[in-house]
Amino acid sequence: MAKNPTDHNKRIDQPTGTAFVGHEWDGIEELDTPMPRWWLWTFYLTIIWALAYVIMYPAWPLVNSATKGMLGWTSRGELAAEMQAADVKRAPLVNALAAIPVEQLVANQKLYQGAVAGGAAAFKVHCVQCHGSGAMGSKGYPNLNDDDWLWGGDISAIHYTLTHGIRNPDHAETRQSAMPAFDGILTPAEISAVVGHVQSLSGKAKANAKGAELFATNCASCHGNDGKGLREFGAPNLADGLSLYGTDKATLTQTVKYSRQGVMPRWNDKLDAATIKMLAAYVHSLGGGEAAPVAAPAIAEAKAANGQP
Amino acid sequence: MANLDDLIGVDNPLYEKRKGVYPKAVDGFFRRFKWAIMAVALTIYYATPWIRWDRGPHAPDQAVLVDLANRRFYMFNIEIWPHEFYYVVGLLVMAGIGLFLVTSAVGRAWCGYACPQTVWTDLFQHVDRFVDGDRNAQIRLEKASWGPEKIFKRFAKWSIYLVIAFWTGGAWIMYFADAPTLTVDFWTGQAAPVAYATVGVLTATTFIFGGFMREQVCVYMCPWPRIQTAMMDEKSLIVTYREWRGEPRGSVKKAEAQPGAFGDCIDCNQCVAVCPAGIDIREGPQIGCITCALCIDACDSVMEQIGRPRGLIDYLTLDDVATEKAGGTAHPTLKTLFRPRTLIYFGIWCMIGLAMLFTLGQRTRLDLTVQHDRNPLYVQLSDGSIRNNYTVKVRNMETRQREVELVVKGLPGAVAWTSTGSRETATDRVRVSVAPDTVQKIRLFVVASTEGAPRSDFEIQAVALTGNERGDSDSVRFERPEAGQ
Repeated sequence: MAKNPTDHNKRIDQPTGTAFVGHEWDGIEELDTPMPRWWLWTFYLTIIWALAYVIMYPAWPLVNSATKGMLGWTSRGELAAEMQAADVKRAPLVNALAAIPVEQLVANQKLYQGAVAGGAAAFKVHCVQCHGSGAMGSKGYPNLNDDDWLWGGDISAIHYTLTHGIRNPDHAETRQSAMPAFDGILTPAEISAVVGHVQSLSGKAKANAKGAELFATNCASCHGNDGKGLREFGAPNLADGLSLYGTDKATLTQTVKYSRQGVMPRWNDKLDAATIKMLAAYVHSLGGGEAAPVAAPAIAEAKAANGQP
Repeated sequence: MANLDDLIGVDNPLYEKRKGVYPKAVDGFFRRFKWAIMAVALTIYYATPWIRWDRGPHAPDQAVLVDLANRRFYMFNIEIWPHEFYYVVGLLVMAGIGLFLVTSAVGRAWCGYACPQTVWTDLFQHVDRFVDGDRNAQIRLEKASWGPEKIFKRFAKWSIYLVIAFWTGGAWIMYFADAPTLTVDFWTGQAAPVAYATVGVLTATTFIFGGFMREQVCVYMCPWPRIQTAMMDEKSLIVTYREWRGEPRGSVKKAEAQPGAFGDCIDCNQCVAVCPAGIDIREGPQIGCITCALCIDACDSVMEQIGRPRGLIDYLTLDDVATEKAGGTAHPTLKTLFRPRTLIYFGIWCMIGLAMLFTLGQRTRLDLTVQHDRNPLYVQLSDGSIRNNYTVKVRNMETRQREVELVVKGLPGAVAWTSTGSRETATDRVRVSVAPDTVQKIRLFVVASTEGAPRSDFEIQAVALTGNERGDSDSVRFERPEAGQ
């Protein structure tokens, strides 16, 4: 408690009439000036506030959790409420997307832009593992930014690929194609000739007659005589500058010998219809998206032609 | 409250009770000056949000509006966008230097006349006089026990405080939304929760700070008096008691009995009675003095009555105090205002103001920023050419729809298109339509041949097709794969 002012040891500062505390630094002394009383009231108010806060909100740590507080507030609950509010806010877009046929989405620019934004978020969760965060892909995983599409680059084709996947064994409507493995069908020398011809298609090697002949008999039924591929079969264009696996000799030899059977999961059993449309719109928006939908191929027909069940 | 007083120690108080201040009504030059400033300041504060200003169909018609929701600041015919916030910064710098200027020239004039705390305290002290009467009546009432009269007067006074406080808080929110709409929304319970919270907080602070804390805010809470103390020098005007003329104090009668024995101060205590901060100016310059100069008015009127020269309490510089003490004559008040320090402050203040006015006149209302996509940096296309993607933002800062052409300059053979176009029909320019007062975000795809440096700088220009105003351009980079990739 405060010392009695009548304490004769207390020296008084004459101009102010206030007692010295007794501390001195280089001749500067501290005065025992009383605090204003409103400061005391403010201090008591903060104590009352703190007590109320402790009662209303979780505060005291116990063994397994903390006291709950009268308001029942939790940070998880707050997050849940915010997520719910976000869902409510998103609901008009999601409902409109669920309702609109995917081929009409590009024409509806406002909805399309909303879908692109939503798709960008969903892409980061579901697709980046294979296609990369910039959708650039890597060896065996297509770059979605460019204009080279195995199965079609209009929004309907992208949507079909997303919905049904590629080479999903348990799904009838999945994109399906199987290039034969030519190991044993062709001799190593013949394979080498075919590889040379394929490289020549994109100007990476000189043309060779033997390879061209072998290509015409073994490969042209899917890839076409000019090697430009056929989307109905998912047969890649061998004559352009882009390739999924690579165009060097070793890679092409491996491809011809053992074939490639890349798989993309179908998403219709994992994501809702609106999210899949968002992803389709996002992939379509990356720059390679084709504007006019190519007449949707009859999948069954294409499969039949490809010798698939 | 005896127990509490025991607890906090009455004999040697750790905590000091506020000493009541009951300033007496006074008339004079400075009092009238304060009236005028109060009238102007309060009128500006309460009325400004209600001034209308026609900006056409796409913008609000409130003359002064801080539209936080849409991130726009309107002030008559000036519209500030968030990226032009440096104008606000400039105004704040001008306000700061303006305070340096005022403080170095006329001391704590801001505190004495224009500070909101001073203006509202002054207003509330007039309410005190209106309800309770002048100084003596106020002191009597304070000392009186709680009877019907005191209860009624306290209730009346605090009710008026509350109305003023509420009006003050209510006026504040009008700067942030359309005032007539917000008023209706506020009273029908449809305004945003933040509006009610703001009014509540500002009502409480005005009520407590203006009604009860008063000069304690200036002495204990406000940092400005302490900063000002460091900014004043011996040439700054402060309210000073001419103690060499006033001392020793003696009444008119004593002075008549013993001519020459007493100074001019008759110890009438009027300077103390009128002081809104409750100090005695005759003790010399002190932190509690807000230099409102009401003591000058009080003393001058007394000096006039007893036929002695005015100016026993006066605006003087510390230099002049020394001069007069030594028997010299003080500089004329106006002359003390013009000296290098104040002129330099004024020069800086003017330069910032003129620079801001100049840039305000020169600023473009069409703005372009282009950002190169970093992931992927470039895309190789099937025909061997290279595509780069850009996010283009076109700001149309006018309240009308504008057609804008984006032109790719300095990238040979390049073509550009947006998400609504296609490469087949692309040329070196793209036309976009930008809605009034909005930022249009555009994905721009630019394709060029693979021949060229791995990094080529080029320019994207935005040219407004409507009207003849200038456009904007942004320099960006086109990336190609490094050799061997």
